[in-house]
Amino acid sequence: MSIEIKTTSVEPIRHTYSHTARRFGDKPATRYQEASYDLEAKTNFHYRPQWDANYELNDERRTAIRMEDWYAVSDPRQFYYGAYVGNRAKMQEQAETSYGFCDKRNLLTRLPEETQKLLLRLMVPLRHVELGANMNNSKIAGDATATTVAQMHIYQAMDRLGIGQYLSRIALMLDGSTGAALDESKGYWMGDQLWQPMRKLVEDSLVVQDWFELTLLQNVLIDGMMFPLVYHKMDEWLESQGAEDVSMLTEFMRDWYKDTLRWTNAMMKAVAGESEANVAQLQQWIDHWEPQVYNALKPLAEASVGVEALDEARAELSTRLKKVGLQSQGVSA
Amino acid sequence: MAVKNKKLNLKDKYQYLTRDMAWEPTYQKMEDIYPDERFEGIKIVDWSQWEDPFRLTMDAYWKYQAEKEKKLYAIFDAFAQNNGHQNISDARYVNALKLFLSGVSPLEHAAFQGYSKVGRQFSGAGARVACQMQAIDELRHSQTQQHAMSHYNKHFNGLHDAPHMHDRVWFLSVPKSFFDDARSAGPFEFLTAISFSFEYVLTNLLFVPFMSGAAYNGDMATVTFGFSAQSDEARHMTLGLEVIKFILEQHEDNVPIVQRWIDKWFWRGFRLLSLVSMMMDYMLPNKVMSWSEAWEVYYEQNGGALFKDLERYGIRPPKYQDVANDAKHHLSHQLWTTFYQYSQATNFHTWIPEKEEMDWMSEKYPETFDKYYRPRYEYLAKEAAAGRRFYNNTLPQLCQVCQVPTLFTEMGAPTKLSHRQLVHEGERYHFCSEACCDIFKHEPEKYVQAWLPVHQIYQGNCEGADVETVVQKYYHINIGEDNFEYLGSPDHKHWMSIKGEKPADENQDAA
Repeated sequence: MSIEIKTTSVEPIRHTYSHTARRFGDKPATRYQEASYDLEAKTNFHYRPQWDANYELNDERRTAIRMEDWYAVSDPRQFYYGAYVGNRAKMQEQAETSYGFCDKRNLLTRLPEETQKLLLRLMVPLRHVELGANMNNSKIAGDATATTVAQMHIYQAMDRLGIGQYLSRIALMLDGSTGAALDESKGYWMGDQLWQPMRKLVEDSLVVQDWFELTLLQNVLIDGMMFPLVYHKMDEWLESQGAEDVSMLTEFMRDWYKDTLRWTNAMMKAVAGESEANVAQLQQWIDHWEPQVYNALKPLAEASVGVEALDEARAELSTRLKKVGLQSQGVSA
Repeated sequence: MAVKNKKLNLKDKYQYLTRDMAWEPTYQKMEDIYPDERFEGIKIVDWSQWEDPFRLTMDAYWKYQAEKEKKLYAIFDAFAQNNGHQNISDARYVNALKLFLSGVSPLEHAAFQGYSKVGRQFSGAGARVACQMQAIDELRHSQTQQHAMSHYNKHFNGLHDAPHMHDRVWFLSVPKSFFDDARSAGPFEFLTAISFSFEYVLTNLLFVPFMSGAAYNGDMATVTFGFSAQSDEARHMTLGLEVIKFILEQHEDNVPIVQRWIDKWFWRGFRLLSLVSMMMDYMLPNKVMSWSEAWEVYYEQNGGALFKDLERYGIRPPKYQDVANDAKHHLSHQLWTTFYQYSQATNFHTWIPEKEEMDWMSEKYPETFDKYYRPRYEYLAKEAAAGRRFYNNTLPQLCQVCQVPTLFTEMGAPTKLSHRQLVHEGERYHFCSEACCDIFKHEPEKYVQAWLPVHQIYQGNCEGADVETVVQKYYHINIGEDNFEYLGSPDHKHWMSIKGEKPADENQDAA
């Protein structure tokens, strides 16, 4: 049984915008399609940027990667703004429950002093890496042309700010919201030998000009080794140190990383699949950066879960890259 | 663990959760990481003095924005399902949406790109984070506007190819060049232009007229977007004010630079808003307020108070604001009579105002409408009635800076055309006003680059030499559907059939 409400039927004169129809045909379009394709200015720019007069605004030549159509890179998650914030709101709700629970039960402050120190030395300084990732992704969002590509990077930029804030809250929970633990942790970032290769790598990434090189470095190479190492392998190691409750506080990062693999893999596939020239360029960048990423994470691995874990993370990345015809070191494990 | 046992207050806590994640680099030089921060001559002594204009951590941002989006899309869905377009005041109203979608929405996208860029350019992390939040908000507005108007596009003409038109159509180079100007400038000028001059000083003259116009004319989709964007806009305005105060407080050498930017961007914004003036007075069947009233409230009063407040920094009101104040009596009428003549080349329709509307304008513009403008409409109406609806087939002379046709009159002399010219490196350039000419003189190397649509047509860069080919092939304006007079247009016929007034030619919208 169903009830039928009578409504007037109205025939539309077209089903979607012409710019959407040119790609997908004149049929009802998805919200993702209407929000993400061909919205940006493409031609007839009036003035050259004073900050970079070699190129025009929205100039595709800001990267060495060449695509016939940058919209070949799209988001398998179909995130337009509304879908994006909706998804993250759900994730943060879960995180909030965990942080609230941890705080209420004093799960962190009950840990032995030594374990607390481990967190401040080995995990919380990653908030600075997150800020670097935030800056890099904001740059990419400003330089990339197609909306499908640019929007994924602004989401990524804001996500990294969020992750940095979650990591900071771990320290605030440890010190009872005085900021002392964050100061201590920042001291490790600035001075502890353990962090210097990583800090150098992040600072080096901040002067990379080519935005695709930067997304490869940040979102594929650094994250591709760092997230498996820190949030999977170090997480297991922390559990063995009696700090299994910390897992609750990094669940967001694990879920988040799994989510971003979808778009970063799709992006690499589309870009590498475009041409031999792109593959060669990507390979050159990988050869340059991948060993540096490995070396930057090595002291962290050595001080915690061990280098084998890093080798495994490296192998994972290598497998991902291989799927799109790119080589990297480290299937040695 | 270091001894520190006082709990952080909200302000300090927010700083720990944002700018404290930044650090003094030692492996790379500051000027290599932030290469664009100095070339404009702005001196920042101490970024730590930056006051966060709002304190929103990402978890709260996701949560609030998701709630807003959920409500907004519920209305969009209901609007489409119930064919809300049939409940607007009159189909002439949709022309305001055409102007908005092709003139304003692309700017939201450009703002997304611009704020992403400055969200990286500043060495102050607090300022970067505030800019990034605006970047993603602007993306939101660009996208929700597509969705708000998607349903209209299915039932009316002229909305179907807005981004394509924005890059090409002659009058859309007014908003396009405005934003290109800001985006191609340095980060401090960008913020002075967009965050301060535009979002803070002038936004009530852009955003409010369109959104109130939607409310007064039964457009539930657009007005709901407006309400939903309001709290974003409030954040953007707060940023605009913080930016200007911060720059001015940092160093006295910044004052003359900022003053010049305020002069320039006030005028650039005012010229851009001339399009809004005609929308308010002519395109809204149910009128909210007149342009002149809006200008008095939102610029003369609010702006007056603001510039009084900024006096202590050594900032004076924008140069040429007296010209803008005087123009409030004329602006919308001069614009509409011009667009009336060039409807063959626009993605919206024009028409002669109805009798009650003309009476409304006489009341709102007692000193000018009957004297200067009503006779023009009476003449044009007579011509149209005799089968000679007037279209001007000569392409207009555009101003080299604002790119509006040189149609304005001199202050205090409403029958004298305002026009300036200047020879620069052997080329002659034309301007609509002293103010635009001034802007050019200060940065000729920038404004000689302008992509002037009329010049481009004459140079053969627009796929044809005659207006019809350019309009159809280059602009993607569907001739006989998107353009020309409203009366008798497909939109008009379609609307009459919705209202059951007279059957339309085709039975496309019959119940």
